[in-house]
Amino acid sequence: MREITYRQALNEALDEELARDENVCIIGEEVAQYNGAYKVTEGLWDKWGDKRVIDAPISEAGFIGMGIGASMLGIRPVMELMFYSFAYVAFDQMMNNAATVRYMSGGLIHCPIVVRGPANGGTNVGATHSHTPENIFANMPGLKVVSPATAYDAKGLLKQAIRDNDPVYFMENTLLYGEKWAVPANDELPGGELVIPLGVADVKREGRDLSLIAHGRAVITCLKAAEILKEQHQIDAEVIDLRSIRPLDEETILNSVRKTHRAIYVEENKPFCGVGAQIAATIMEQAFDDLDAPVLRISSVDSPAIYSPPLEKKQLPYPEQVVAKALSIC
Amino acid sequence: MAKKKVSKSPEAAVDYSKDPINAKLTPSEKVDLLRQMVRIRRFETVSLKYYQQGKMGGFLHLYIGQESVAVGTISLLGEHDHVITAYRDHGHALAVGMSMNECMAELFGKKTGCSKGKGGSMHYFAPDKNYWGGHGIVAGQTPLGAGLAFALKYKGLTGCCLCYLGDGAVNQGAYHEALNLAELWDLPVIYVIENNGYSMGTSQERSSAHSHKGLAARAEAYGMEWDQINGEDLYEVRARTQKAIDRAHHESRPTVLEIDTYRYKGHSVADANAEKYRTKEEIQRYMNEHDPLTCWKDQLIAEGIVSEEDFKNLMKEAGDEAEAAAQFAQQSPYPDESEMLDDIYWEVDNQTEAGRTGRHFFH
Repeated sequence: MREITYRQALNEALDEELARDENVCIIGEEVAQYNGAYKVTEGLWDKWGDKRVIDAPISEAGFIGMGIGASMLGIRPVMELMFYSFAYVAFDQMMNNAATVRYMSGGLIHCPIVVRGPANGGTNVGATHSHTPENIFANMPGLKVVSPATAYDAKGLLKQAIRDNDPVYFMENTLLYGEKWAVPANDELPGGELVIPLGVADVKREGRDLSLIAHGRAVITCLKAAEILKEQHQIDAEVIDLRSIRPLDEETILNSVRKTHRAIYVEENKPFCGVGAQIAATIMEQAFDDLDAPVLRISSVDSPAIYSPPLEKKQLPYPEQVVAKALSIC
Repeated sequence: MAKKKVSKSPEAAVDYSKDPINAKLTPSEKVDLLRQMVRIRRFETVSLKYYQQGKMGGFLHLYIGQESVAVGTISLLGEHDHVITAYRDHGHALAVGMSMNECMAELFGKKTGCSKGKGGSMHYFAPDKNYWGGHGIVAGQTPLGAGLAFALKYKGLTGCCLCYLGDGAVNQGAYHEALNLAELWDLPVIYVIENNGYSMGTSQERSSAHSHKGLAARAEAYGMEWDQINGEDLYEVRARTQKAIDRAHHESRPTVLEIDTYRYKGHSVADANAEKYRTKEEIQRYMNEHDPLTCWKDQLIAEGIVSEEDFKNLMKEAGDEAEAAAQFAQQSPYPDESEMLDDIYWEVDNQTEAGRTGRHFFH
C-alpha cells in the first residue's frame, strides 16, 4: 500500500470534499496563494480558485465568526487556524455562537462548520503558540472535538468532519505533518473513499497486560512505549487511540480495561480537567471492579509551554516516562 | 453630563415622503407601519408588567422608544434579505412577522416559545423568516452578519443582511474585524447602529472616541459608505436605508448606518440607574418631542389617513393582543426535563448514524 504524509492525507481529504460538495470552501490565513503556512492546503487554490479557497486577513474573531454565520445559511466552511492557539482570539465566536446557537434557537439552526489546525506543543515556539485546547472545547456541549494521530485517521476523520452537520473542531499536530503512514488510494477501497466515523476509537495495538489510552501524538508515544515494554519487560500493552474526543467511544476503552485490568491515559494536554481526567472518571465509574490498580495519567508538565528546546522535550510525555509509569502498576 | 442629540440630517429640508420607496406606499401600508410600531410598544409594556410580577427570569431589554428603527428598516426587505441583531431583539422579531404568542411564551420560559424556552429574551430566532437572532454578547453577532452576507454572495443570490448593533457595540474588536472583512470581500451587509446614546449607563461621549463626528463615520477608515439617519422620521429611515440596500443588492457593497434613536427604559429592566446617568427631563423630552409612534401618527393624521381615534383603537387592539399572548404564555407548559438534551447536536436530534455513534453527553 502507498504511504503518504499526514499533511498529504489532510490535503487529499480537503480536495475530495471540495469536489464532492460545492458548498464546501476553505477559509484561513495564508491558505490560498501562500499554499498554507504548513502547506496543508498546497495546490488547492490553483485547482479550485478564489471562490473556494480564500485567504483571510489576520482576524480570527472576524473570519471564524463569519464562517459560523455562513454555515447557518448552508455553506460548509472549513476554517484553518494557523495555530489552534489562535482559537483564543476567536473564543466568543467558537464557544458562544457555534456551540450554543442550535440550543438557544430550540433546534432551528445548525452550524456545519469545521475549524481545523495544529494544536500542539513541542516546537519551541513558546507558550502562546503551543496550546492544546481539546479539553476546553470538548467541555462544551454542542461541539465535537477530533484529534487524529496518523495520516490514515487524519484523512478519514476530516472527510467525515466536513460532512457532519455540527461544528467539529479538528486538532492536528505539526510534528506529525511530515510523518508517513500507509493510506490506501481510493481505488483500493471497497467504498471508493476513506471516511472514518467520529466517536469510534481505534485499537492501534492489541495487548493483554495494560491499556495505554491516548489521543493525538501521544498515541505514537504509547506505541513506542509498548515496544519497549514488550522487548525489555515482557509486558504486553494495548494501545487505544480515541481519535474523537467528543463524541467519545467509551465501549472500546472499557472493553480494553476489562481485559487488561490496568489503564494509563497519556496526553499532551495539561493535567487539570484534561481529557485523561474524564477518561479516568469513566473507567472508575463503569469498570471499577475490573481494575487491579488505580487509573494513572501522564500529561504535559503542568506549566506553560517552555521555550528551551531540550527542556520542552521533557515537558511533553515521552516513551521512557510511559514505560516507568507502566512498571509502577504492572 | 449625559446629553443626547438627535442629529437632524444635513439635508433637513428634504421631504422623504416623496422618495420613491415612500411615494409608492399605500395608505393601508402606512397604517400597517404604525400598527407594527404600536404592537412592539404594547408587547413591551405588557412584558414589563409580567416581568415585574416575577413571571419571568433573567434580563428584559426593552425596545420602547426605538420602534421606528426595526419597523422602518425591516419594511424594506425581500425574499433574500436577512436580519440579525443583538439582545434587544423583540422589536425586530415582531417586525419580521414572529407572533406575539411565541415571543411572549419564550419570555415566560415555556415550551411554546420561539426557542422552546431555551433561549429567553435575548435569544429569539426565526430562520424561516430570515431572522437569525437574538445574540447576547455585545457585537458577537457582527461577524455572523458578515457570514450571512457571505453565504448570499457565495450562492449568487441578490440579497443582503441587516445586522443591527447598539452604540456600545462599536468599540468591540469583533465589529471592526467584521467591517474590514465586509469591505475587503464586498459583502452585502448593512450594519445598522441603533444609537440610543448610552452603552448601558455610559453615554456615547464617555465611551466612544471621536464621537462628535458620529459613530458610523468610523466606516471611512475602511473605505466604506456610511450614513447617519434621524430615527424619529419613518420616511427618512426607509428612504436612506433603501440606498444601502440598493448598494448591497446591485453592487454587493456594505454600508454602515447610524440611526439616532432613544430608549425610554433602562439598559434592561434590572438597570437600577436608568434615571441617574440621564435626567428625567431628558427622557421626558424624548417622549414628548421625538416619540417615533407619535411622530408617525401625527404624520398620518396630517395626511388624512388616520385619526386620533384610529390610533387609540390600534393601541387597544395591540394591548389586547399582547395580553392574550401573556395568557397564552401562562397557560403553556414548561419544557419537559427530558427535552434538556434535545437541540444540542443536529446529528443526535435527527437520529443519524453519526448521532448514534459514540457518547455525546456526559452528565
